Amino acid sequence: MKLCGADIIVRTLIEQGATTVFGYPGGQIINVYDSLYKYRDEITHILTAHEQGATHAADGFARATGKPGVVIATSGPGATNLVTGIATAYLDSVPMIAITGNVPTSQLGTDSFQEIDITGITLPITKHNYVVGSVEELADTIREAFRLAISGRPGPVLIDVPKDIQIAQCEFTEQEPVTMEPRQAAKEIRIKDAAECVNLSQKPFIYFGGGMLTSGAQEELLQLAELLDAPIGCSLMGISAIPTDHPRFLGMQGMHGHYACSMAMHRADCIIALGVRFNDRVTGNRAKFATHAQIIHIDVDGAELDKTVSAAHSMRGDLKLTLQKLIPLLSQKKLPDWRKTIEGLKAEERRTLDNRPGLTPRSAILTLNKYLGENTPVATDVGQHQMWAAQNLNFKTSRRFISSGGLGTMGFGMGAAMGAAIGTGERSVLVTGDGGFGMCLNELATAVTYHIPMVILLMNNGVLGMVRQWQTLFFDKHYSNTVLDRKTDFVRLAEAFGAVGYHAETPEQLDEALKKAFSENGPALVECMIDKDEFVLPMLPPGGSMDDIITKVGESDE
Amino acid sequence: MNNFTIAVLVRNQFGVLNRVTSMFRRRRFNINSLTVSETESPGLSRITVSSSGLETDKKQLINQLYKLPDVCSIKELDITESVTCELMLIKVKNDPESRADVRDAASAFGAKTLDYTRESIIMRLTGTTRELDAFTDLMRDYTILEICRTGIVSLERGSTTIRKMEI
Repeated sequence: MKLCGADIIVRTLIEQGATTVFGYPGGQIINVYDSLYKYRDEITHILTAHEQGATHAADGFARATGKPGVVIATSGPGATNLVTGIATAYLDSVPMIAITGNVPTSQLGTDSFQEIDITGITLPITKHNYVVGSVEELADTIREAFRLAISGRPGPVLIDVPKDIQIAQCEFTEQEPVTMEPRQAAKEIRIKDAAECVNLSQKPFIYFGGGMLTSGAQEELLQLAELLDAPIGCSLMGISAIPTDHPRFLGMQGMHGHYACSMAMHRADCIIALGVRFNDRVTGNRAKFATHAQIIHIDVDGAELDKTVSAAHSMRGDLKLTLQKLIPLLSQKKLPDWRKTIEGLKAEERRTLDNRPGLTPRSAILTLNKYLGENTPVATDVGQHQMWAAQNLNFKTSRRFISSGGLGTMGFGMGAAMGAAIGTGERSVLVTGDGGFGMCLNELATAVTYHIPMVILLMNNGVLGMVRQWQTLFFDKHYSNTVLDRKTDFVRLAEAFGAVGYHAETPEQLDEALKKAFSENGPALVECMIDKDEFVLPMLPPGGSMDDIITKVGESDE
Repeated sequence: MNNFTIAVLVRNQFGVLNRVTSMFRRRRFNINSLTVSETESPGLSRITVSSSGLETDKKQLINQLYKLPDVCSIKELDITESVTCELMLIKVKNDPESRADVRDAASAFGAKTLDYTRESIIMRLTGTTRELDAFTDLMRDYTILEICRTGIVSLERGSTTIRKMEI
């Protein structure tokens, strides 16, 4: 069947199973929008308020479903507005397909109206990108992009399609959806060496990250933990991969990680690191990081091995397949002493927990927990609220914590929560702050238009809390440009967009507001007032080691 | 710090050199020499990179290259197990006082004179990077007007080829 390029783009998306896409039309992508109109019974396009919101929505969709998120934009500013969203997906290894229109091939390179070199701009933030050279190669380019996006370590791929190629025609034959490149286990010899090392360990610690969600190796992970009698911790990106209340799970490690988890990792003699990249927010001072431990590092991306932390045994391979080969080589451990140490750390953590009465960040998140269903996706923005959420949210299902870890993109949450709700068909939750929400709150319009069921818990402290926290601790309380002191009435703002809004200043009001918000059909915002001097604790100071961990800030400080 | 040379076969796509060098730039790899050329197959280009760094830098460079979809195969070329050379064009002032010395040096190094005028001499020299450096150093005693070097190209000795991906 002979089709024009624009039709081929949409048919290929449908062929690849991408039947929900996000985007924003414009002059150089108008033909594709005509095709979206033509095939509207087979593909749904969600029109966002801004292209950035569309990328975050595609990202949230992908994180919640594991399927690539698709975003479409026009040339020039449409394309550049995707940049933050693509970079966010790149840093967190999220499969995404971005399709941009561009000026006709003959005008490329002449600074035409709304022409921008988007492949040049996105070179460092995509797994790969393409300028399509002819309509004949269009369908296969999109197929290759899907394959790249989902294979190995997933990531975003951008396809730039000049307008003349959207118009030109050629034969199109539908194909089967692409499959990912075959996964491979690490080399046997390396697994064997690592197994010997693990078998000698008296204090093993298992540490996983976002790679666990990609590989789906949870069953093997838990089997490994039982076999080694080991505690489990995760990075921010790993949250929700296993149920929060699993008895072996100590929670998140890192700058604001759980005390017991960070300390257990510090004291371990063997760290089995699965699908993590030892980011600086995880290690603190690398010279003092886990000095007593032999690190066994498994990752599908060979470039992550020995990049920031040198491991005793590093292996490139799929987690699931590699663990399946590693487990039979390990002997069953019983480590009562190590268990006792861990129990001691957990008790210590319980003692330092924030149990103050009234509406505190922790009590707000614990109240939210009551209303979360088993499958509720929870997205966050970036800052203090993100850490409070990461520390205190309860998850039962994998892929339900959606947060910008690598890039730390404020404004990510609103789009991501919409995408997650659309992808899963579940009511989603956004935990946000007044700073991050302010960046992309225009997407409330989208949520209202599409009746997206979502609850926005806006933790309003009137300041850019995370930066303020650093200013308090490390900059002599010079609150430079972190006091927002805006006059925004968030309840009326929500109402102005056509959503409902509630305001809470006490635990009772919050509970009541959340109860109402969770019974709404569309988006509902709950503004929850938080004191501006609340801290995220514990805190490992930047560049510090576990010996510098801050678990308490003196009352007299503020 | 060690010097190492890596040969990379890449898909002969528009912008492929930019992809490779952009990665070197953003990850701050130190590149001493880089050449790109056609190969025995029309769809593939060959990039020869010479860099210096620690063993971990080398590993990181290879692993990062491996992630670029346009990269088909990568091989580190062992100095003793490969044939390596570089070409240089050098233009020096043609001075009656030093003319004979320049010629002597050229003949000792096997440099060929390609252009000879009253004012200048252009010579071509192929050899290892070290030989080219040594010749350049000698010429500094006279007046060097311009130098242009290709960067190194390298092939493994014997019948083995780069075609099999080795990571």
